[in-house]
Amino acid sequence: MKKLQLLVVAFLCVFASAHVYAAEDTLTIGFTVSQTGPLNLDSIAQLHGFEMWRDDVNAAGGIKAGDKHYKVRFVTYDDQSQPGRVQQLYTRLIAEDKAQFLFSPYSSGLVATATVISEQYGKLMMSIGGAEPQTYRLGNKGLFQTYTPADHYLSGALELVKSKNPTAKIALVYSDDPFSKAVAIATREQSKQLGLSLVLDESYPPNQTDFSAIINKIVSSGADTLLGGGHYPDGATLARQLHDQKANLKWVTLLVAPDSPQFASLGAAAQGISVPSQWAPQVTYKPDFGPTPAEFTKRFQARFNIAPGYHAAGGYGGGLLFQRAIEQSGSIDPAKVAAELDKMNATTLWGATKFSTDPKSHGLQLAHQMVLTQWQMKNGQLVKEVIWPLAAATAPVAYPYH
Amino acid sequence: MFGILASIVDGVLVGAVYGLAAMGLTLIWGVMNVINLTHGAMIVAGMFGLFYLTTLGIPAYAALAPVLAGGFAIGIAVYWISVHRVIGRPPLMSLLSTFAMNMVLIGLGTAVWGTALFNVPVALPGITLRGYTFTGTHLMAAVLTASIAGALYLFLYRMRLGKAIRAVASNREAAELNGIPTTQVLALTFALGVALASISGALIATLFPFTVLSGTAYQLKSFVVTVLGGLGNPAGALLGGIALGLLEGLITPFMPVSWTTVIEFVVFVIVLIAFPRGLFAFVRHARTR
Repeated sequence: MKKLQLLVVAFLCVFASAHVYAAEDTLTIGFTVSQTGPLNLDSIAQLHGFEMWRDDVNAAGGIKAGDKHYKVRFVTYDDQSQPGRVQQLYTRLIAEDKAQFLFSPYSSGLVATATVISEQYGKLMMSIGGAEPQTYRLGNKGLFQTYTPADHYLSGALELVKSKNPTAKIALVYSDDPFSKAVAIATREQSKQLGLSLVLDESYPPNQTDFSAIINKIVSSGADTLLGGGHYPDGATLARQLHDQKANLKWVTLLVAPDSPQFASLGAAAQGISVPSQWAPQVTYKPDFGPTPAEFTKRFQARFNIAPGYHAAGGYGGGLLFQRAIEQSGSIDPAKVAAELDKMNATTLWGATKFSTDPKSHGLQLAHQMVLTQWQMKNGQLVKEVIWPLAAATAPVAYPYH
Repeated sequence: MFGILASIVDGVLVGAVYGLAAMGLTLIWGVMNVINLTHGAMIVAGMFGLFYLTTLGIPAYAALAPVLAGGFAIGIAVYWISVHRVIGRPPLMSLLSTFAMNMVLIGLGTAVWGTALFNVPVALPGITLRGYTFTGTHLMAAVLTASIAGALYLFLYRMRLGKAIRAVASNREAAELNGIPTTQVLALTFALGVALASISGALIATLFPFTVLSGTAYQLKSFVVTVLGGLGNPAGALLGGIALGLLEGLITPFMPVSWTTVIEFVVFVIVLIAFPRGLFAFVRHARTR
């Protein structure tokens, strides 16, 4: 009996010490992923970026905060692409799973919902995948945006159109969701400032399946330039139908959809279509810390068998920024980490990042820039080339696009 | 002016496909009083069927026949798994049963394919008039829809098996007493409904790219069309689909596109209240009640 008691005590000691050992050395980051639902594709790409960062950090011994090393541990749930689930799950991540820091879900609508919870509990959240700017103008204290805000999504495209065709007639056709609407509002304003005429300005329901009537409307309006779209399925359908219906346009820039490597499966319908992107594998940023864009791209491709898009790069970049702030502050105390993030003015593989410290727009991204990429034929294959800004271009602009 | 005409023609062409999608739903609903909530998943199954057959090198329109056959086989399986035991029970049970099946199928689909976009590149020469193009694929889809609808009509009204289906729909007990194997007829009807849904999915896939979740939007339209055309009325479903497409084509040139769904559902509610047997109840239907 004594032997058994000894064994039990020994087992408990080992278990207890292991538990204590684990608790001291891990940093828990909580977030939701849209494993199911319409946002699945982009959200999982973002998750891969997070995972690669976590594995790189842990392989190097963890995040160094003062004289402690913290291994990164994720707690994640499937939010099913639904705001209601985001609300429940972030509450759970904070209250039950005791997540010390948070990443946001993917997409502006879900980020807005998660922010309500993270701010309520006073937690730090790095927002990746949320470009709609209104969320960051509500006086948040712990929210930090990595993406370029939606206001600047089509700025590059407008400048390009102006330079190629100063009297262009623009059709602005966009999906009726918070992100696309934010882009549309800014685009209206900026096209007016550039002196370009808007001949059609319309939104469509996000689950629109057939665009033939809309395309007829574009033809009727006499537009020669189309800007807009929304997210993935509607953008791809619009691109295909534009091709089938020979809409006679000189320039088409669509949001989000053409950025996915899968857009190339549309074949001829994809050629010439341009997309503003938060990031492209060919960018030549020189990072202050972390891997270069080329290193990241190579390792991502090797691990996941697909070229990284901006969702994955954003995930990795967001993790790097958290890591840097913890290392600089020497602790995992949220207030100290937030102070470091406020001071940060750095370049990573993701690009330049600097967060607004104005209380009214705290955390809004100020420094990150969009690139414009275009699908072009190269050696019989469709590839994405960076065409704008000209300083970062890897190929000349193909105008008219088709 | 021509732009409006072009929109109307486009609307009718796409509406025919909505009608085909709804025919399967209305047949099942009318004959066995089962609201088939796997309808959307079956449409998606047809889309994927076409995609994989075309990657094997089979031309798109030739692949429609195997999709029809495959849909039929799947329909038999779904019938025995989730529908057989709930026929004759309160409608809520069949609703829940098929809803659960749908969740399983969509969940499996998302696990396998994610929400990746699939495209079947089909190119047919279209007709271009005054800058507006009517794509060959839309025209072909409308022609095929009309043929399938015609074939279904002939089956239901001229062939023994079709008449047996209508008999079971009218009065199951009397049909049983007349020596009609009603369970098998019901299974057949369900499978036929699913086959129609899957071939409509295949035709839709020749027009637009799709994801695992694409079925939902068409399922919703199918409900609207079924109400417009009258329950159990396949000819009515086709006419209802065309009417819906016509409505969409008429609205879009004059109003922001986002109003289309609002108006569609206002019409839906009006028809439900004022014409409960459908706008096209004067056309002969599977149910004689």
